[in-house]
Amino acid sequence: MRQSITIGIKWLLGLAAILAVSGCSDANLKWYVVSPFTESGRVNLKFLIEGTWNTLFMSFLALLISIVVGLLIAIPGIARNKPLRATNYVYVELVRSIPLLPLILWVYYGLPEIAGIQLDYFWAGVFALALSDSAFEAEIFRAGIQSVPKGQTEAASTVGLNYFQNMRYIVLPQAIRRILPALGNQFAYMVKMSALVSVIGLQELTRRANELIVTEYRALEIYTILIVEYLVIILIIGQGVRWLERKMGSEESDSRSS
Amino acid sequence: MSENENAIVLNGVHKWFGDFHVLRDINLTVSQGERVVICGPSGSGKSTVVRCINSLEKHQKGEIIVDGTKLTHTRKSVAQIRSEVGMVFQQFNLFPHLTVLENLTLGPIKARGLSPADANERAMRYLERVHIPEQAQKKPGQLSGGQQQRVAIARSLCMEPKIMLFDEPTSALDPEMISEVLDVMVELAEEGMTMIVVTHEMGFARKAANTMVFMDNGEIVETGTPDVFFDAPKTDRCRRFLQQILQH
Repeated sequence: MRQSITIGIKWLLGLAAILAVSGCSDANLKWYVVSPFTESGRVNLKFLIEGTWNTLFMSFLALLISIVVGLLIAIPGIARNKPLRATNYVYVELVRSIPLLPLILWVYYGLPEIAGIQLDYFWAGVFALALSDSAFEAEIFRAGIQSVPKGQTEAASTVGLNYFQNMRYIVLPQAIRRILPALGNQFAYMVKMSALVSVIGLQELTRRANELIVTEYRALEIYTILIVEYLVIILIIGQGVRWLERKMGSEESDSRSS
Repeated sequence: MSENENAIVLNGVHKWFGDFHVLRDINLTVSQGERVVICGPSGSGKSTVVRCINSLEKHQKGEIIVDGTKLTHTRKSVAQIRSEVGMVFQQFNLFPHLTVLENLTLGPIKARGLSPADANERAMRYLERVHIPEQAQKKPGQLSGGQQQRVAIARSLCMEPKIMLFDEPTSALDPEMISEVLDVMVELAEEGMTMIVVTHEMGFARKAANTMVFMDNGEIVETGTPDVFFDAPKTDRCRRFLQQILQH
C-alpha cells in the first residue's frame, strides 16, 4: 500500500512539474476556474467530480456483464464439437472488430429503429461497453482455461466429477488466478473507454468536462483535471487488482514450490 | 456378481493416434485380486492400455469389459466404470488450489453425495493408510513428491474402487522417495486390491505382481509369472529389455 502511495505521489509531482513549466510559457493559464480556494472553482470542481459515479458504476456493471458473457462464449471455444467452436470464433472475431465508438452510437441510435429498444444513456453505455469487452474477456478466459494442465481434468474425471463440476471446482478456480492480471487490465481499459459514452450524452467524467469548457472556455485546465481524475481511479483499481493477486497468488506459489 | 469373475477383460483392443497404430490387438484378462505389472520401452503403448481402461483414451476396435460392464463410450458406461476404477498418474495431478483434505473429499462429496463429515472421516482414514494424516491441512505444493503421490493414492482410495490403475507412479519421483510410494502399493496389494501397474520398478514387480506383461510396439509380446518372466524370458525383445533395465 505504501508503495502505491509513493507511485501516486510521483505521478502528481511529475504532473505538477509539467504544469509549472507550462506556467512559465506564454500560455495564460487560469487555474482559478478549478481552484478549490474560490467559490466558483469549488462549484466547478464538484461538477466535474460528480461524473465519477457514472463512469465507475457504468464500467463496473459492464465489466461484470462482460465477464459472465465472456465466460459463456469461452466455454464453447474449448469444446471438441466443431459447430460450438465456430460459434465462439464468429462471435469473438465479429465483436472485437467493431470499434467502440460506432458501437455506442449504433446501440443508442440504431437499436430503437431495428428492435424498438430505446436504452437510456447509461444502459446504452453499459450494453455497448459490455458487448465490446465480452469478446476480449472470452479470449482471456479461453487462454486461462487452456493453461490449466490436462491432467487436472483427467484427475477430476477419475474421482467422478462431471464436466460442470470439473469446471466449477477444478479448472475455473485455477484459471481465474492466472488471468487476474489480464482482467485487471480490461477493467482499467474499460474505465478509459467509458469516456466515449460521453458522445451520446451520459453525464460521466468526460461529458462533464466538455460541458464545463463550453461555459468556462478553459480547455487545458479542465482537461488536466479530467486526466487526473482518470489517473486516480485507475491507480486505485491497479492497486486493488495487485492486492487480489497477492491474496490468491500466495496459494498458487505454494504449488510451484515443489 | 460372483467373486471369481474377471475384473478386467481386454479383447482384441486396437487404438490409433491419427495414423499411428499405438495398440495392436491387445488381449488381457485380469481376475479379481490379481496384480498385473506392465513394462516395456517408452512408446510401447503401456500407458495407453491403462488409460483406455478408464476411458481417458478411447479405443477404436475390440472390447473392454470392466467388472462386468462393457465400455461403450456412452456417458453411463464411462461413469459406471470410472466409479469402480481408481487411477494414479505419473504427475500426481493433485489439485494445487485445494488442501490435501479437500483433494480427498471433493469426489466423495460431489460425485457420491457423502456428507462433508463422512467424507472427512473417510479421507482421514485413507490418509492414515498412506501414513500422512498430519499433512491433511497443507496444500499439495508444500509436500514432497513422494508425499504428493501418496495423497494421490489416498484420493483414489477415497472413491473405494474395486480396481486400481497406476500409470508410472514413481517415474517422476526422486530416488529416495520411490520406496515410500512402493511400500504403500505393496500394502495395498497385500490387502487383495486388484491392480494394474505400469512401472519399471522390478523389485516391486517381484514382490507384488502375479503376472508380468511385456509390451513393445503396441503389442503384448510376453506374459508370465514373475519367476518365469525374470529368470527365463521367452522372447529376445523381452530379454534385451530386462538386461537394459537391470544392468545398473
